[in-house]
Amino acid sequence: MTAMNVGAANREALERLCRARPAWTAVRPAREAIGLSGRTLLHAGPPIEWKRMCWPMRGAVRAAALFEGWVRSAEEADALAAAGEITFAPCASHGAVGPMAGIISPETPVLVVEDRVNGTSACSFIADGPWGHQLRFGAHGPETLAGLAWVRDVAAPAFATVLEREGPIDLASLMAQALSMGDEMHMRNAAATGLLARRLAAPLVAAAPNAAELEKILRFVTRDNDQFFLAWSMCAAKAAARAIEDLPGSTVVSTMARNGIEFGIRVAGLGERWFTGPASVVDGLYFPGFTAADANRDTGDSAIMETYGLGGMAMAASPAVQKIVGAKSFADAVQTTRDMGEICVGGNPLFPIAPLGGDGTPTAIDIRKVVQTGIVPRINTAIAHAKASRMIGAGIATPPSGPFVDALVAFGERHPG
Amino acid sequence: MNTTDVMPQEPLRVVNVGLELFARELEAQGVEVVHVDWRPPAGGAEIAALLGRLGD
Amino acid sequence: MPVRATVWRGFYQDSVVLMHVAAEVRALPGVRLAAALMGTPANHELLSSAGLATPDSKNATAADLVLAVDAATDAEAEAALAAAKGFFDERRRARESTGRALPRTLDGALKQMPDANVALISVPGDYAKLEALTALRRGLHVFLFSDNVPVGDEVELKRLALAQQRLCMGPDCGTAYLGGVGLGFANVVPRGRIGCVAAAGTGLQAVASHVATLGEGISHGIGVGGRDLSAEVGGMMTFFALRKLADDPSTDAIVIIAKPPAPEVMPQLDAAIRTITKPVVVCALGAAVPASAPATWVTTLEDAAEAAVAGIRGRAWTPRSFTDAAAVRSRVAAIAAGARPRGALLGLFTGGTLAHEARVILEPLVGPVNIDGAAPGSAHRVIDLGADEFTRGRAHPMIDVAARDSRIREAGAAADVAVLLVDLVLGRGAHPDPGPSLAAAIRDARATAERDGRTLVAIASVVGTDGDPQGLARQIAELRAADVHVLPSSAQAARSAALVLDPRLASRLLSA
Repeated sequence: MTAMNVGAANREALERLCRARPAWTAVRPAREAIGLSGRTLLHAGPPIEWKRMCWPMRGAVRAAALFEGWVRSAEEADALAAAGEITFAPCASHGAVGPMAGIISPETPVLVVEDRVNGTSACSFIADGPWGHQLRFGAHGPETLAGLAWVRDVAAPAFATVLEREGPIDLASLMAQALSMGDEMHMRNAAATGLLARRLAAPLVAAAPNAAELEKILRFVTRDNDQFFLAWSMCAAKAAARAIEDLPGSTVVSTMARNGIEFGIRVAGLGERWFTGPASVVDGLYFPGFTAADANRDTGDSAIMETYGLGGMAMAASPAVQKIVGAKSFADAVQTTRDMGEICVGGNPLFPIAPLGGDGTPTAIDIRKVVQTGIVPRINTAIAHAKASRMIGAGIATPPSGPFVDALVAFGERHPG
Repeated sequence: MNTTDVMPQEPLRVVNVGLELFARELEAQGVEVVHVDWRPPAGGAEIAALLGRLGD
Repeated sequence: MPVRATVWRGFYQDSVVLMHVAAEVRALPGVRLAAALMGTPANHELLSSAGLATPDSKNATAADLVLAVDAATDAEAEAALAAAKGFFDERRRARESTGRALPRTLDGALKQMPDANVALISVPGDYAKLEALTALRRGLHVFLFSDNVPVGDEVELKRLALAQQRLCMGPDCGTAYLGGVGLGFANVVPRGRIGCVAAAGTGLQAVASHVATLGEGISHGIGVGGRDLSAEVGGMMTFFALRKLADDPSTDAIVIIAKPPAPEVMPQLDAAIRTITKPVVVCALGAAVPASAPATWVTTLEDAAEAAVAGIRGRAWTPRSFTDAAAVRSRVAAIAAGARPRGALLGLFTGGTLAHEARVILEPLVGPVNIDGAAPGSAHRVIDLGADEFTRGRAHPMIDVAARDSRIREAGAAADVAVLLVDLVLGRGAHPDPGPSLAAAIRDARATAERDGRTLVAIASVVGTDGDPQGLARQIAELRAADVHVLPSSAQAARSAALVLDPRLASRLLSA
């Protein structure tokens, strides 16, 4: 592997990420869409076994086991998991992404996003239950289970019907538009959520089983949750990133993900291999009544957004997020995006940032540049409570540089001079 | 710059990596300089050698 | 005394900035010692030996800044640390107020300046090769100030440079002139007709300054690093630069300033010079002049400048020992009439080539000259304080003058030191006003010696021009006011020192 080859492979990685045009094509059970079978659960972040999982992830495992009918109580779920009766695997290795705890079980309805340009696809679960009781934060009570069942029985079939009748919904142009409306699509999906709701509203009238459920579905999509679209953002990003999950010779990051204990990356030229370090404590703003002492460490597959060049990479495009995540000024946000530009191969013309004269969002993180500059990707993220199954704030996760260094060393070993 | 130049083309246009003092001295001579806010690579000196080999 | 240290994680500052901060903190009330350093292994040793290491400071990595103080009271120590933080904050605000974002990498800089043609690299040696490789791969000429670069890496860099048809000036290149612009440590000299290829820095500075004094100027001065004519490097950049200057229409004469070339390289050097139709002057300090050389070989930097100027003016030239032999004679006579200095010579140099030249001149006159700072005081010593061993993790002594000043003061108490020989290098990049503190250190050293009943003679030469920011005349006046013998060149200063040590040399040196 000569130096020139690395450069060429990385330019190819950038090209694949930039040419991706993800579209939402289907809603199906994970069993079908991902091929999950038996007592298998996918989780966020790098591989982790039950006994090391953080509390929110364990809570989500309980919810999934109850939802699947494997157990009748949380205690039974714990026992099942502890006995090794549940197989765990990272979403990232199965073409999936899971926000926060990121647990996906075989019967979980997942949205399917396909990129026909690169021939890839990705899945994620659709948000469950009402605010404050979500599986992704570890909730596993009756309300959560009722929410999951309703999504499975009512919302998911309605979405599936819309897609069958209308055809795929283009997410690439929707996201490009949302970026110009102030979303960076990790901490803020307000515009994208609105654009998706606008796209879904009329078709849902015919697809919903009745007026009452129609109203419920529309509230589900448009309720006071600007982050509804995040699962779609993440799927779009994952579909694009899957095109570089096995790209020999490239030092571009194909995955960044956290499981609440560890932060991990995979690199295009190193395939499935994970490089991990301790998950960071998120530096953020907390909802009233909560402090950093209540917070779980950084978690979730949502760092796929930064992997794709959005989220923290696109700070300069998102004035509304700048304050939430601690940018002191617009100049600060611009500097962040410029810093991210220092560690990326190039910009994505699909996502021009108007305040930067239309430069594309910094895309294709090169581990060489991360190591050389000491600049790590900046991840905008929600903060989960460590024990109370809810979101308690949002901020910036600064991942450890160790995994990037380790990956570079491994790359050097694979390509001796 | 083409390779037939006898010497670096004039005017000099300089990228300064390291002591900021040298950027200042060039500016004082009316030379265009971009100063790099350099910091050592993560992982230290051994990693720098690897980066050199894997650079492009 | 309370020792306090703080560590700023991931906060890198260059050695010159750190030197200024440490100096500011040291000047605060109650502060006895202060250090501002990056947490490299070498710097941890420095902190330990200075008694400034704390459990906190020991955790700092090379990417972390350590600020350590030893102050009279806790409150003064805390105040000193707070003042340092204020200093950095002020720098940051000043930078932010320019509204210009600084790139973090060379590639980032090239986005701002796509048509850049030269990279000036002065990062710590461990990282220098990486930056230089990147610059050469991007098609830039490289000025590599960094030292502590292994010779194998130098070979690799220069091979790449030649493949790219680019200059790789250095590593350990202190000075260059490209089209009238001085890079690194550079005296203010006019653009002119004399081109130079120089091993390191102060040799080129000295020749350029002498050329300016003689009314001529420099076309290009290309530094190649002190090892270029070694067997390992094989003169790669010297030969490349010679071809460039031979082809350069603005260059009428060429001066080569070098350490003695490796025997294996000599035939190639000889052959390279033979292809050049312009006058060529070679100053390979310490080398035996070849019997049938195609160039004018000279033995001092001053002679190199004079020979080159004579060359372009088409005049004959012969070397001489002193510009003003009568003045030297009377000066030496005055010293001999007083209390005879008894003891050895101590040369404390900031310029490596100047130190080397002094040794080469002194040894045939006064016997062996040791370059080891730890050698016994009874031996003659000439120490290059800009050598790698003294500059790891700190600024060059031409900028950070404090280290030499304190050694000069120590020399005042050394019973065996009778003659102090120093250089003072002016120009861009150097300390803005080094004369007063050097003069003060010499005054202190002499006072100490005289209190002990000894005579300490101080002899200096100043490399500089009237155009230098420090002002040549003013710096010389500062030294003369401290009763320092200031000679017009480093060679003359060395000869003068030899005369003081051994007046019998007058018959050889002052016969003219």
